[in-house]
Amino acid sequence: MSNYPKPAASTPLNPRRRGIIVGASDGIGAALARRLAHEGFTLAVLARSEDKLDSLCNEINQAAHEQRARAYVHDVAEYEKVPGLLRKIVSDLGGLDVVVFVAGVNYPPGGIDKYNFENDRKMIEVNLIGGMAWLNPVAEMFQSAKAGQIVGIGSVAGDRGRVGNPGYNTSKAGLATYLEALRNRLTRHGVNVLTVKPGFVQTEMLKAAQGPTPFTIAPEKAVEDIWKAMQKRRQVIYTASIWRWIMLVIQHTPSFIFRRLSF
Amino acid sequence: MEANISLSLKNFTQLENFGHSLRAPSYCFRLTCVEEVDKIFRLARENGLTVTVRGAGRSYNDASLNGGGIVLDMSAMNQILEWDPATGVVRCEPGVTIEKLWHQVEPDGWWPPVVSGTMKTTLGGCLSTNVHGKNNFKMGPIGEHVVEFTALLPTGEEITCTPKKNADLFYSMISGLGMLGVFTSITLQMKHVESGLLEVHAWPVHDLHEHLFLLLDKAPNYDYVVGWLDTMNGGKSLGRGQIHAANYLHGNEDPNPQKTMQLNSQILPPRIFGVFPKSNLYLFMRPFVNNLGWWGVNTAKYVASLRKHTFRQSHAAFHFLLDYVPNWELSAGRGGLIQYQSFLPKETAEYAWREMLTMSLRRGIPSYLGVTKRHRPDKFLLTHAVDGFSLAMDFKVTNKNRSTLSKMLQDFDRVVLNAGGRFYFAKNSETSAEAARTFLGTETITKFKELKKRCDPNHLLESDLYRRVFG
Repeated sequence: MSNYPKPAASTPLNPRRRGIIVGASDGIGAALARRLAHEGFTLAVLARSEDKLDSLCNEINQAAHEQRARAYVHDVAEYEKVPGLLRKIVSDLGGLDVVVFVAGVNYPPGGIDKYNFENDRKMIEVNLIGGMAWLNPVAEMFQSAKAGQIVGIGSVAGDRGRVGNPGYNTSKAGLATYLEALRNRLTRHGVNVLTVKPGFVQTEMLKAAQGPTPFTIAPEKAVEDIWKAMQKRRQVIYTASIWRWIMLVIQHTPSFIFRRLSF
Repeated sequence: MEANISLSLKNFTQLENFGHSLRAPSYCFRLTCVEEVDKIFRLARENGLTVTVRGAGRSYNDASLNGGGIVLDMSAMNQILEWDPATGVVRCEPGVTIEKLWHQVEPDGWWPPVVSGTMKTTLGGCLSTNVHGKNNFKMGPIGEHVVEFTALLPTGEEITCTPKKNADLFYSMISGLGMLGVFTSITLQMKHVESGLLEVHAWPVHDLHEHLFLLLDKAPNYDYVVGWLDTMNGGKSLGRGQIHAANYLHGNEDPNPQKTMQLNSQILPPRIFGVFPKSNLYLFMRPFVNNLGWWGVNTAKYVASLRKHTFRQSHAAFHFLLDYVPNWELSAGRGGLIQYQSFLPKETAEYAWREMLTMSLRRGIPSYLGVTKRHRPDKFLLTHAVDGFSLAMDFKVTNKNRSTLSKMLQDFDRVVLNAGGRFYFAKNSETSAEAARTFLGTETITKFKELKKRCDPNHLLESDLYRRVFG
């Protein structure tokens, strides 16, 4: 895992940006890794599955004809390992410009009258506490360096508590609020915090969804939107963008109506 | 005062190079005593990190940067330990700047034998890159005036080096880019001067041939020689400019040496006409730092230099041109600036620079500064010197010109290497490992790496520069 050669030097005329993607085994994380590597980033990609990471890195490095991605096997729920791993990655990459937290799990309870504390707990542990475990030290680092960009993948599911999946809604709402707080802390230090709220994206996670999945997009389309927003240093985006309007309506639906709905 | 030596993220700082063209975040420790250096080595070893030594951070490239690793800021270890006005020998901590040094020795009738173009550099940094001045053809690099130094190696060993004792390390740690050990004290021989003034002669030169001929011709008769080259004009007047040659004043040439050697007649004025503070002057330069504006500035400067004349100038004013406008390097704007300095044998310099200057004008990326000097070779391991000349060029970096400038500098590298030239590790930021191998030779690199293995077996000392060029 640490047998990668040193990444290419960053010079004034050939600057290299460095990024970490937490949760890159597939879906949005893997697609974003491919895209950022294509844009010239040197990346550390993290996930639990060594096989998936290795094949992703091979694919990226072969396409670029140079060492652009390196794999780090990591379980987001092992919080105590984060500071040491972060320090190692920053040293391996020779700096750090962007951290993307994509890691997330979704375990629907399977009905509007079912409850499963174990699953809810796992979702909070990965989606929310995992995000805090990574982004707290990253925020501290970026604040001292007075530069950097944090990207957190939330979800439209975090915009309103719905009958289908209270645990998932809570984890993503918590993450969005946490990212907003980071943004308010860090903007004054020159650090950008971008919250991405995807709707339905054609990934492994979509298989867990029950019912219709309107406006489903490919991960590549979501990544296109994310990359554009990163370049513009935006604050909050929806992908596909139509979700901004859908969620505007949903957020403003009065509770006496909302609690009678079954989605 | 004990520095807080831990890898707290509070110590994580964004460091820049002199030209503000690179940024690298590192755990930065500002040390005050030698004992702390050893603690840092231990901390690095335990955490699998590398260490770079940084002086004033005045290199134009990545020599004092270590992205994601540890940086030892030596600027607080800045005590002059011993000064003997009778012999002119001074022993300093490595963070002493050239400024502090000349302030100490000048009132007693001495001057540092070799100084850089800015007085903000530290002696440790000057030795690591083995800096030269406008008298390189006569006095060699600063390393030739080092009587003795002590250093701490990453192995924990403390060594003393002189040209005789531990000579291999003496000639490789000086010029060794801080990659073999950390200087802990430096003993230098100062040069005796009889006046605080220099007699400066200025001649206009009308083309590159005359430019180089005059540098070659004037050097034997003067203490200092330097040329300004108008990089913005090509054709027949390519290489035009002005040569300045200066001599120390001797005997009673200076009617009042006691006065001219006092600091207040040397210190650069902080205000223009006694009114306008120079610290903001760089902001007024910004609108001119583009091709058209700078062409105007260069042409005006050339016309003003056409008169051959002689004048007297203080040492400080003659040497420290880069300090004359504070923060001038910020005038290039957000992308920063880079310097490209090539050292060429006297036989091939004219041909090579004609090609390079023409190329830069034709591609619309002219350099904004051209400074020429006369050089001679020296015995240090990673030397940049040749029996010939150097030309330093400054380029403004913008998002627009990055890739074309990068291609052009690669073409420059080819021209320089084919002409038997060399590069300087304190300046060029784009020199590749292949280019370094070509001009240093594999034998030199092997020797350097063997010394590194002996002094630093665990590769604790590494900078971004080292990884780029030797990694």
